Amino acid sequence: MRKMLIKGKVWRFGNNIDTDIIIPAKYLNTSDPKELAMHVMEGVDSNFYQKIKTGDIIVAGKNFGCGSSREHAPIAIKASGIQTVIAKSFARIFYRNAFNIGLPIFESSEASEKIKENDEIEIDADKGIIRNLTRKEIYKANPIPKFMQELIKAGGLVEWTRKRLKKKR
Amino acid sequence: MGMTITEKILAVHSGRKEVSPGELINAKVDLILANDITAPIAIKEFKKIGARDVFDKERIVFVPDHFTPAKDIKAAEQCKMLRDFSKEYQISNYFEVGRAGIEHVLLPEEGIVVPGDLVIGADSHTCTYGALGAFATGVGSTDVASAMATGECWFKVPESMKFIYYGKVNKWVGGKDLILFTIGDIGVDGALYRAMEFDGETIRGLSMHGRLTICNMAIEAGGKNGIIIPDQITESYVKERAKRKYTFYSSNKDANYVDIREYDCSKIPLTVSCPHLPSNIRPAAELFEVSIDQVVIGSCTNGHLEDLKEAAKVIKGRKVNPNVRMIVIPATQKIYREAMKKGLLDIFIEAEAVVSTPTCGPCLGGHMGILSKGERAIATTNRNFIGRMGHTESEVYLSNPAVAAASAVLGRIGTPEELGL
Repeated sequence: MRKMLIKGKVWRFGNNIDTDIIIPAKYLNTSDPKELAMHVMEGVDSNFYQKIKTGDIIVAGKNFGCGSSREHAPIAIKASGIQTVIAKSFARIFYRNAFNIGLPIFESSEASEKIKENDEIEIDADKGIIRNLTRKEIYKANPIPKFMQELIKAGGLVEWTRKRLKKKR
Repeated sequence: MGMTITEKILAVHSGRKEVSPGELINAKVDLILANDITAPIAIKEFKKIGARDVFDKERIVFVPDHFTPAKDIKAAEQCKMLRDFSKEYQISNYFEVGRAGIEHVLLPEEGIVVPGDLVIGADSHTCTYGALGAFATGVGSTDVASAMATGECWFKVPESMKFIYYGKVNKWVGGKDLILFTIGDIGVDGALYRAMEFDGETIRGLSMHGRLTICNMAIEAGGKNGIIIPDQITESYVKERAKRKYTFYSSNKDANYVDIREYDCSKIPLTVSCPHLPSNIRPAAELFEVSIDQVVIGSCTNGHLEDLKEAAKVIKGRKVNPNVRMIVIPATQKIYREAMKKGLLDIFIEAEAVVSTPTCGPCLGGHMGILSKGERAIATTNRNFIGRMGHTESEVYLSNPAVAAASAVLGRIGTPEELGL
């Protein structure tokens, strides 16, 4: 697996950030990633898309992405330029959707509790280590299951399935 | 060690004798579902895979139900993608407007999903079908795309939690109150990644629509699936509907549960979830100071014929409060027609409610009853997140149909008892 180092500035959110917050349903009449990105996190911050820069990172509390199965949620996050999401825990459909579309995300209670808005952090995905460059702290992330690593390496579930079908033929 | 019903279904579908929680498996799916919101992405991704065909033309179900009848041009274009794809790949289970309804009420009604199935759906409320004794779980569009090509899907075998309900339910209390009470007890992530098995004498005495309501909201506690061991009530529901052979599975006595919770149903009141989480519950009777602007009766949670009967019983001979709009949405065309034949629609219209064609509509803030800034609704739907039914500064309270109907008359949250019922 290629070395995955993710570095960026943090935007903080609380617990139970649901999919209606991440991408309100009124925008679900499209599946265009660019259009969805413009409304990312609009449920809590109507100007969020204007504020963020490519490479920024979201850090949230528990149960991030709860609610609907809409893949539009991780798509909006990914297309907005947000590199990754760290949370204490993720709702399960959001978790699988993120990996399926090739958006790596990290579970870490410690990081979720200690990282503050505007902190600069660096994630070593292979080692499962999160470094807080602002506060000079180090947190551990839960290891990404081998299969999910495989999905990210393949570039998502579609690529993974495409290669598998090719092999079968 | 024995297995739970969830583990047994997953084992059978992955060709194993047994599976245990935490294992990652690839399993064969019996049915794949998507709607007008989620299928367009699935279709785009499916085409990228480059499969020659779908794995089985009869095992894919498309139900355009969320923004239908198409609410705007973009929605119409999304619906057209489903229609065109269904024609191109000869998908037999494509349900057009007028021949359809809300997916999670339609599929059990039509016998398309049967006990023992492994079902994935690109809709979080796919967990509804656990009420029939199937393993059913919500996934994303990409999962659906991949499964349409291969007939398989990856799963982590979930740990199981058991919820035992006993005692006689109070008047007007139904499946909705039981599940809201349970979510209030364990929280919106109380069953995260886990299977929720609903059991006990009260569940065994509960009719199918109540069971469907309970399993429907398993996702609201973070559950991977909700499930009820099939019995005589299941049998009598499915035997005349099932389009395929079905199998009844049950849990072994020595199966492993990470948590077992018991509820005395005689102590469960009419329950309402307050904004902005389904777990934020209060007894309906304590919310008499909460005025409302809109009432919605319908959705995949409570749009069954029995739900409409319950609401009609409360509203019959009464009028919707002058300050309130009441919207009734039968979940399927069949239910709509039955409600018409039984005079229920007449009761609603006489009471000055509107009756809509089947649609998910207002439940997710799509159309057919969107709230403005500062407005408040009580709805028989399943989510009360910020902005769920419209403006981010509107509010949604969740309840059963009888409480919603009583509130429509009172102009504030209230109970049928307050109307002398």
